[in-house]
Amino acid sequence: MTAFLSALPGAVSQGLIWGIMAIGVYITYKILDIADLTVDGSFCTGAAAFVMLFGAGVNIWLALLAALLAGMLAGLATGLLHTLCGIPAILAGILTQLGLWSINLAIMGMKANTAINIRDEESLNRLLVSLRFVRGVADGGYPFYRHPIFVVGLFTLAVIAVLYWFFGTELGASLRATGANPSMARAQGINTNVGKVIGLILSNGLVALSGALLSQYQAFADASMGKGAIVVGLAAVIIGEVLFSKLFRNFALKLLAVSIGAIIYYIVIQAVVSLSNINTNYLKLISALIVAVFLTIPYWKGKYFSRPVQPAKKEGNPHA
Amino acid sequence: MLDVQNIRKTFNPGTVNEKTALDGVSLTLSDGDFVTVIGGNGAGKSTLLNAVAGVWPVDSGSISIGGTDVTRLPEHKRAKYIGRVFQDPMMGTAATMQIEENMALAARRGRARTLRPGITRDEREHYRETLKILDLGLEDRLTSKVGLLSGGQRQALTLLMAALRKPDLLLLDEHTAALDPKTAAKVLELSDRIVAESGLTTMMVTHNMKDAIAHGNRLIMMYEGRIALDISGEEKKKLTVEDLLARFGQATGSDEADDKLLLG
Repeated sequence: MTAFLSALPGAVSQGLIWGIMAIGVYITYKILDIADLTVDGSFCTGAAAFVMLFGAGVNIWLALLAALLAGMLAGLATGLLHTLCGIPAILAGILTQLGLWSINLAIMGMKANTAINIRDEESLNRLLVSLRFVRGVADGGYPFYRHPIFVVGLFTLAVIAVLYWFFGTELGASLRATGANPSMARAQGINTNVGKVIGLILSNGLVALSGALLSQYQAFADASMGKGAIVVGLAAVIIGEVLFSKLFRNFALKLLAVSIGAIIYYIVIQAVVSLSNINTNYLKLISALIVAVFLTIPYWKGKYFSRPVQPAKKEGNPHA
Repeated sequence: MLDVQNIRKTFNPGTVNEKTALDGVSLTLSDGDFVTVIGGNGAGKSTLLNAVAGVWPVDSGSISIGGTDVTRLPEHKRAKYIGRVFQDPMMGTAATMQIEENMALAARRGRARTLRPGITRDEREHYRETLKILDLGLEDRLTSKVGLLSGGQRQALTLLMAALRKPDLLLLDEHTAALDPKTAAKVLELSDRIVAESGLTTMMVTHNMKDAIAHGNRLIMMYEGRIALDISGEEKKKLTVEDLLARFGQATGSDEADDKLLLG
């Protein structure tokens, strides 16, 4: 139990970081009604771009911006494959994701992973978030505002604020209409293809930003770090929705629910790891099961519980 | 206002499901014309409307609206000129968005979508006033999700949205077919009112002969992808269902005139 409690700040920090990615997934999955699998690749693209640039001494904000742009490019690729080339969205995402595997390795100089040197005190202090700061703040070595929960929390609020503004604009509203009812959107003069591409760009930009933050936190980027990211994202979206849909009606609060969903997801994972002796190799299986269960609940609820009672079928000749 | 010249459309060409839905249709509407379009299932009524709206490109022929050739324009670009109401009440509005948001989307039909606010306070007041003419109490539910409305309410709202920014052409595609008779009558009455108020050039597809006769100043009947009858002016005013059936029989040499048509 103490192991679990002491791991809690770390779990919350990680959850917050992944929450930004999950907000990206929310844009495609909930707003545009597209299951975008690009994220498994673009998450690492952001991380790889960030680590390489940071290591080369580039200003951290510029490096973060570059990571964001790299992710946006990945989203653009998927968007064009889908709209311009007519490839179904899921497949378009898979193609980009596959291609990104090579690109991510290339960004990292053809290595499967690359690290940030945090033994170097100066380099460590340039970082915005780091696992070291979790302990550091607890020990009093760092002021509270260096704590990842605080820093990433601010990031999350900024992201939510920007998205709240954007989806309230004419352009943002046209994106929502594109996802809600494409026929209606076109009848109102909205180019639904443009809407989808913009949504995918935005989404993957956030995913890459989240990847860049995670690479800082753990001090390395790894080619497989985005594997299953879409599942984590979906888990966060769905957990947030199942738990808060009655409570949070406002769009900004819905995005907040996604972030909280990601935190809950990481706390649950942490609990499983700390409180049982499970081999961590089973974590992906557990993630898949959690998401499967949360996706099943609303479906079964609608199918078996909320329908009005149907008249009993007549007995007799079944072929009548 | 609308000039359709010899358009053709064949679906699934070269397959067993090949179907020539429009077989050389020409139609010219003057400014302010209200034409009702009637015909049996598969006669090409809705296909004609979809061709004009640009849901897919036609195989040949040309379409121009208010002098602008729109034959090659995609659906979303033609929307600048066209207001539409669909048969399916679910299709004309975004269910997960609020009433006022749907209206704001419609108010920007044909304009570039920018980073300006999606809806302003003045607009809200304007929508509240506009909704009052529906007499459905929607003016007090501006922020309700459209998905909560009934089919009739949604059609009425869609109609209002189609006319919110005066379209050059209003396309009503069996927009009362999915409603119960009482609601259908109300929505039809509303359609008449909106068309008359702004003098909209309108095409209304209907299954119902009586409605086709009672509304508009012109009636066309389609048969096998062609316009079989085109009646307007005084002649249209005096028209009865029996006349229509008789003339349809003469024009097409078909006496399947038509339980299907009468009852449909």
